[in-house]
Amino acid sequence: MSLVTPLNRVLGLGSAKEGVEHWWGQRLSAVALVVLGLWFVLALIRLEDMSYASVVDWLQAPVASILMILSLLTAIYHSKLGVQMVVEDYVHQPALKVSTLVLSVFIHIAAAVAGVFAVLKIALGAVG
Amino acid sequence: MDRVERPLSPHLQVYRPQITSVLSIVHRATGVGLSAGLVVLVYWLVALASGSAAYDAAAAILGSGWLKFCYAGWSFCFFYHLANGIRHLMWDIGLGFEMKQINASGWLVLIVASIATVAFLFAAIL
Repeated sequence: MSLVTPLNRVLGLGSAKEGVEHWWGQRLSAVALVVLGLWFVLALIRLEDMSYASVVDWLQAPVASILMILSLLTAIYHSKLGVQMVVEDYVHQPALKVSTLVLSVFIHIAAAVAGVFAVLKIALGAVG
Repeated sequence: MDRVERPLSPHLQVYRPQITSVLSIVHRATGVGLSAGLVVLVYWLVALASGSAAYDAAAAILGSGWLKFCYAGWSFCFFYHLANGIRHLMWDIGLGFEMKQINASGWLVLIVASIATVAFLFAAIL
């Protein structure tokens, strides 16, 4: 049962426009990142070195590339929410705030697509 | 959208920094730092996907002196944001709101994050 009044729905759900989804998204991605982040850090430690051969060899294992994609997307999503909060808190001039938020969303989406593409390319063996 | 500049009570000039407020802003700062680090991470991945020649060229840039300093910084950002993030999640379930607990968990976060950072850098460099 939604507690939002009809007027509020029309006016965009209050001053923050809509917040609960943001709140949940940040918490859920945070919980996932506790595990995924630690996995990534441990994986980095276990790499012999940062040479091309070592890293590609690591990422070509299906589990590694799957976890890498999950970690990347979760972190980027969490980052998008966090940056949004920071911009909303400190940038008040409407045109600057909106354009900064839009830029942030675009950069995060671009990073997600680039990252997933890169991991897939490595994992599917299509690198030289 | 203020049409009139209204006066604000002083805050940063008068409030004594406390474990609560300092850890909170550091949590935000480390978060922003990690967001920047994500971009570098994606750059690294794309370099890998571009083949060994491209990667070696990128690795030369990524291994340069001042970036090494950034890696240490990002390591601390990660472990601090992780530890304090868990502290936040505890609060979200409703735990740890007594002042004593807030102070204790705050110090614990600083200690754990510092030790984890040093341990990680040590393990990674060896």
